[in-house]
Amino acid sequence: MGHAKPNFWNTYVFSIDHKMIAKQYLITGLLMAAMGGFFAYVFRMQLAFPGEAVPFFGVVEPGSYNSLITLHGSIMIFWVGMPLLLGGFGNYLIPLMIGADDMAFPKLNAMSYWTYLASIVVLIISFIVPDGPASGGWTFYPPLSANPDYTGVGAGINLWIIAVALEFFSVLMGGVNYLTTVCNMRVKGLSFMRLPMMIWMQLIAAILFMFSVGPLLAGSIMMLLDRTAGTSFFLPAGGGDPLLFQHLFWFFGHPEVYVLLLPALGVVMEVLPVHARKPLFGYKLLLWAFVAAGALSFVVWAHHQFISGMDPRMVMPFAALTLIISVPFAVCMFALIATLFKGNISLTTPMLFTLGMVAEFLIGGITGVIVGASAGDIYYHDTYYIIAHFHYTMVPITIFAMLSGVYHWYPKMWGRMYNETLGKLHFWLSAISFNFIFIPLFQVGQMGHHRRIPDPTEYEFLVSTMPYHKIATYALIVLLLAQFLFIFNFFWSMFKGKKVESNNPWQATTLEWQCPSPPVAHGNFVEIPTVHRGPYEYSTPERTEDFYPQWEKS
Amino acid sequence: MSAPINPEDIYEKAEVPSGRLAMWWFLSSEVCVFGGLLAVFVMLRLKNPIWEESAAKTLTVIGTINTLLLLTSSLFIVLAHHYAEKAMKDIKFKEHASYYLGLAIFLGFCFLGFKSFEYYNELSHGVTPLTNLFWSFYFFITGLHGFHVLIGIFINLWVWKDVKQGVNLQRVEIAGLYWHFVDVVWIFVFPLFYVA
Repeated sequence: MGHAKPNFWNTYVFSIDHKMIAKQYLITGLLMAAMGGFFAYVFRMQLAFPGEAVPFFGVVEPGSYNSLITLHGSIMIFWVGMPLLLGGFGNYLIPLMIGADDMAFPKLNAMSYWTYLASIVVLIISFIVPDGPASGGWTFYPPLSANPDYTGVGAGINLWIIAVALEFFSVLMGGVNYLTTVCNMRVKGLSFMRLPMMIWMQLIAAILFMFSVGPLLAGSIMMLLDRTAGTSFFLPAGGGDPLLFQHLFWFFGHPEVYVLLLPALGVVMEVLPVHARKPLFGYKLLLWAFVAAGALSFVVWAHHQFISGMDPRMVMPFAALTLIISVPFAVCMFALIATLFKGNISLTTPMLFTLGMVAEFLIGGITGVIVGASAGDIYYHDTYYIIAHFHYTMVPITIFAMLSGVYHWYPKMWGRMYNETLGKLHFWLSAISFNFIFIPLFQVGQMGHHRRIPDPTEYEFLVSTMPYHKIATYALIVLLLAQFLFIFNFFWSMFKGKKVESNNPWQATTLEWQCPSPPVAHGNFVEIPTVHRGPYEYSTPERTEDFYPQWEKS
Repeated sequence: MSAPINPEDIYEKAEVPSGRLAMWWFLSSEVCVFGGLLAVFVMLRLKNPIWEESAAKTLTVIGTINTLLLLTSSLFIVLAHHYAEKAMKDIKFKEHASYYLGLAIFLGFCFLGFKSFEYYNELSHGVTPLTNLFWSFYFFITGLHGFHVLIGIFINLWVWKDVKQGVNLQRVEIAGLYWHFVDVVWIFVFPLFYVA
């Protein structure tokens, strides 16, 4: 479209410019986050005030409770996490950080976004069909999910499966594009070992996704056939095996966690050195740790199934592998802390969110060790302890790291600076309220509250969890309200924020800070850079300035 | 937009051209689709020895013919690629490339024809995907493979149109990669469903 005269439609809507596609991903993903957040608000209100009408929604029936948790989970992972961290940051940063003028296949890139949008349309249609939306939980276990009679939901679940499959195709197209772009369009001098970690993380995430999603894609078609054509792949009544689906699901589901985690850590590893003015500690060590974690992520899936009737002889190896996979992440944590050590740390908004991500994710990781061992898992399985544990991993990943990245690259994206005071307020409100949601839920889990029970007061032993549920719900409302600060800051600064004078307001070293802010539409760089050194040359003794950009000739 | 850029001047040397590389990455994820599916089938087959009775009813003769058809079509794709490379230097070879590509497409259609006859034969004997789990897998896996063959034929037809005019000749190789992949999948499907 470089030849067509720019107008509203080909600039903002049907653009094939990677930066515009990234912004489309970003804004669509944030809208979906608002939707997922609203669902969370509704079912948390139900848990804190069972049976009462929820403002802006009404009374939550048990059926709609199931739908709300299903949609909250699947939206936050498939329609928020992946589009923001891969679609948004991947599209925006890959060409800029490697000095390319666009992706290798710009049209495929646009198609990937439009497929994502189509999947959202299908998802929204599934809300309004008869019998209501999907309600099988995001994990979607058969036999309940495989026969419409069991859940009473017909088209809603079918459409939900189709929507998820479309979203997978969208990410697949993106993944092929990212891998090809990084392999073939690195600017002169940018060898693989000089790539910023963000790019490595996008690559490994794309590979993990492409290698793990295939069996589940096949499995979801089989599920659809079970539901519509009457086959029994997963229905024991017809000789099928419901456990098979769990294997297919978690063979994808566990690498999927790392598909989200790695780009999030990519953001962290870009932000930390810039705002601490220190080189990233142990570039190669980190890289190989993540490669190892990625490889291991394919052989730990059955730790999600310890109590679903698997062979006890298999429990031990899977528990051991699960504990081993925490080693690379421990390496990562130490390297990140070592990066901060004796740094010149400035607590800007992106840095605060990054530090928040590291601290909260640490809690998520440590609480995971307890359930990674099968003995602990048998007690905690499917309780609120698990809910709290994986929110301590997923919220830092998809929300904290994502926000850190949005603030960090804001001046590059829009050519204007966000409001720092509002940003800091946004961070502190979010971080504090986040902990007030999930620390009480650890306790609720220990008291034995199963995650699918919509009304704790129905069970005598759960009545005492009510104060904790109330704290969590109030904190969630604070968390959601705090996001209005971000929304205001995001849109207000886009038009009224202070103009960024320099191309490189953070005095960073990677290539995206060499091109104008915002970068040139269709082409990015005014002066095509060449690369002369690694990505994290901060505080080098031989220079007066404390940073040595990749593009500067020595 | 700035002056046109010559990629070789600004980028590190690309080991593999982008189109071919993207196809390899795509195929690597396709391998996982069929790999996972066939692994599941093998495990269930070992668990259910009784499936042997159903497996004996698949039409081995037609399966063998189809194997030969696909293998031969792969040979033609190789020849088409060979002449397409030559045609990049001397355009008169585009006729050869187009001839062999056409043959490969024709054999693809023949494969689908035999496959349809097979389905028709099974359905008319009352064997459907709902008969038992073996037949569910049989229809699903061969159906998914047949769908890939169909897509391969469309890709080849689309490339064929260009080859006839002597443009985009490098696409023969990329389409060929996909076609070989579809062929390789059949090499696994055939023994698992027709021979074993």
